[in-house]
Amino acid sequence: MDRLNKRIAYLSAAPILILLLVFFVAPLLVIGIYSIMPQKSFSLLAMPDFSSYSVIFVEGYLKSLFWSLVLAFSSTVILFLLCWPLAYAMAKIFNRFTLIITIAVVVSLFVSENIRLFGWLLTLMKGGLIEGLLRHYTGNGFEGALYNVPIIIFGLVYVYFPFMLFPLMQGIAMIAEDTRQAAFDLGATRWQVLREIELPLAAPGIVVGTLLSFVLAAGALAESKLLGGQTVIVLADDIETAFTYGQNWPLGSALSMLLIMIIATIAVFGISRVDIDTIMGRKRS
Amino acid sequence: MSDPILQLKNIRKNFGTFEAIKDISLDIREGEFLTIVGPSGSGKTTLIRLMVGMDEPSSGEIWLRDERIDKLPANKRPTCMVFQSLALFPHRSVGENIEFPLKIRGVDLQVRRQKALELLELLRLPQSYHGKRIHECSGGERQRVALARALAFDPEILFFDEPLSALDYRLRKTLEKELKALHEKTGKTFVYITHSLEEAMVMSDRIAIMKAGVFEQIDPAREIYSRPVSRFVAEFMGEVNLIPFKIAGKVLTSPGEIMLSKSVTSDISGQLKKANASCGTIVVRPEFVAFGKGQAADFSVEGRVLQDYELGSRIQYEVEAAGLGLVTIEKLRMDMFDGKPGDQCTLSWAMSDCHLIVGE
Repeated sequence: MDRLNKRIAYLSAAPILILLLVFFVAPLLVIGIYSIMPQKSFSLLAMPDFSSYSVIFVEGYLKSLFWSLVLAFSSTVILFLLCWPLAYAMAKIFNRFTLIITIAVVVSLFVSENIRLFGWLLTLMKGGLIEGLLRHYTGNGFEGALYNVPIIIFGLVYVYFPFMLFPLMQGIAMIAEDTRQAAFDLGATRWQVLREIELPLAAPGIVVGTLLSFVLAAGALAESKLLGGQTVIVLADDIETAFTYGQNWPLGSALSMLLIMIIATIAVFGISRVDIDTIMGRKRS
Repeated sequence: MSDPILQLKNIRKNFGTFEAIKDISLDIREGEFLTIVGPSGSGKTTLIRLMVGMDEPSSGEIWLRDERIDKLPANKRPTCMVFQSLALFPHRSVGENIEFPLKIRGVDLQVRRQKALELLELLRLPQSYHGKRIHECSGGERQRVALARALAFDPEILFFDEPLSALDYRLRKTLEKELKALHEKTGKTFVYITHSLEEAMVMSDRIAIMKAGVFEQIDPAREIYSRPVSRFVAEFMGEVNLIPFKIAGKVLTSPGEIMLSKSVTSDISGQLKKANASCGTIVVRPEFVAFGKGQAADFSVEGRVLQDYELGSRIQYEVEAAGLGLVTIEKLRMDMFDGKPGDQCTLSWAMSDCHLIVGE
């Protein structure tokens, strides 16, 4: 019976396993091999020379990497601070209203990210909705709010809002009401309850939310391109250029590998720091 | 008698139009073990939440010694509660749970570790439990950890919200006795709420019976058991036989074919007349009803045994008494009824074992 169960388990896992092998592992492998090929080579069988990796360090790509990480980090921090109170209210305070907010946030996902960003473009640009109206009624215009770093962060926060909000809400919902009240009853201040009880107990949600936001924001391209113009170049931008305009697949692959490594390290670190089973009090023995 | 440690003065609590607590006043004495008992929906949980500070009363005052505390939030009050769910912190070890109230106050790590170890010993948990995780502890151990945590807070009054209700019978019995011993050892004031009368009787110095937002009676267990003030209390305190009497002018009407001795008739009529009441109820506990007509039989009635139930140390009989309906009797094994269900019998009991509720 046990052996039969095992075979059934393998069999039912097979389709997704094959799918992952063909569409996830194989492309990753191709990128990995391309990244060690000589510059501008289109063959996977040339003599590896790792030249792309040395190019990264001399031609200012580190600056793009720096911008990608800074933008991802700051938008993640802002997202967390912004989403925590709302997620808290949705999980603990609002009743029917939670559903309305959930639907509103989800519906916004039905419209493509680029189209929504273009909406902001038309709103914020010089001669756009805000500046145009202001000029019409007051006679004084301004340069528009686009093409700077804060507006890129705004775009990232706007686009990845649901990816922080919903995991946080899940995390906060796991905090038992009694536990909070007991801490309060034992003399803890609101701040101490937050630090000692709520944040640790919501940790699984916090880890999932911040990882999702950070990983997505670090690989994001549209926000910096559309809202930021050419103010800063992010790594994803360089990758795209290398593969298309630059026709240098090995360089693009090497840049991709760099980004993948950094993100994977952060993700593994984040998940290992928070043993979800321990937090839930269900440690396997 | 010592001064009250906690005083409730005319406390009311409304939720919308619903009155959960209707004008309750209560003095809790320093060092006593007071249990508030009531069926679900009687308002006992609401009351304890007001006393602990998790809710504010709609009106009335709460005084802790010379300080008015009804507007203080729970974290500013020198009292604390053991929750029904225990509300232990699952992400902290046993030791960290116990040390929590000390950590909050910024007590030095060494000092609070020492305190935690002392409390573990007081609650008869091995010191090695300090580093144990909560989910590795059994139900009874968790109970003790929750108690240790509350004691680490060193509260003026320790409140309990039915913490034993989720445990199995045997463990509950053990912990009831331990709790009583702990009360004596620490000398603290314990206020306990439960719906289980048995629990209340074993542990408490005084029991407050609550019904629909008011106290029906506050007395020691023995007093409540033998001298209930109302039919509700009498019935709440376990198996009981309630026999209603009416009085019109000088004529006392007894139900069914119950026979009363002369002295008892004048006794009951006298008490009812004195209170200017038209009716009353005689409360007689099942263990005081005898089979056969004894010497001091003030009341007697003919009946037929319908059923007997084994209760372990005792046997319970259901007797159909003439015109009275069912009478419940409990006998120790050594004075069992010598007969079987279906047999005729005579029941009798003495006035000195009864209690008269006037006006109901």
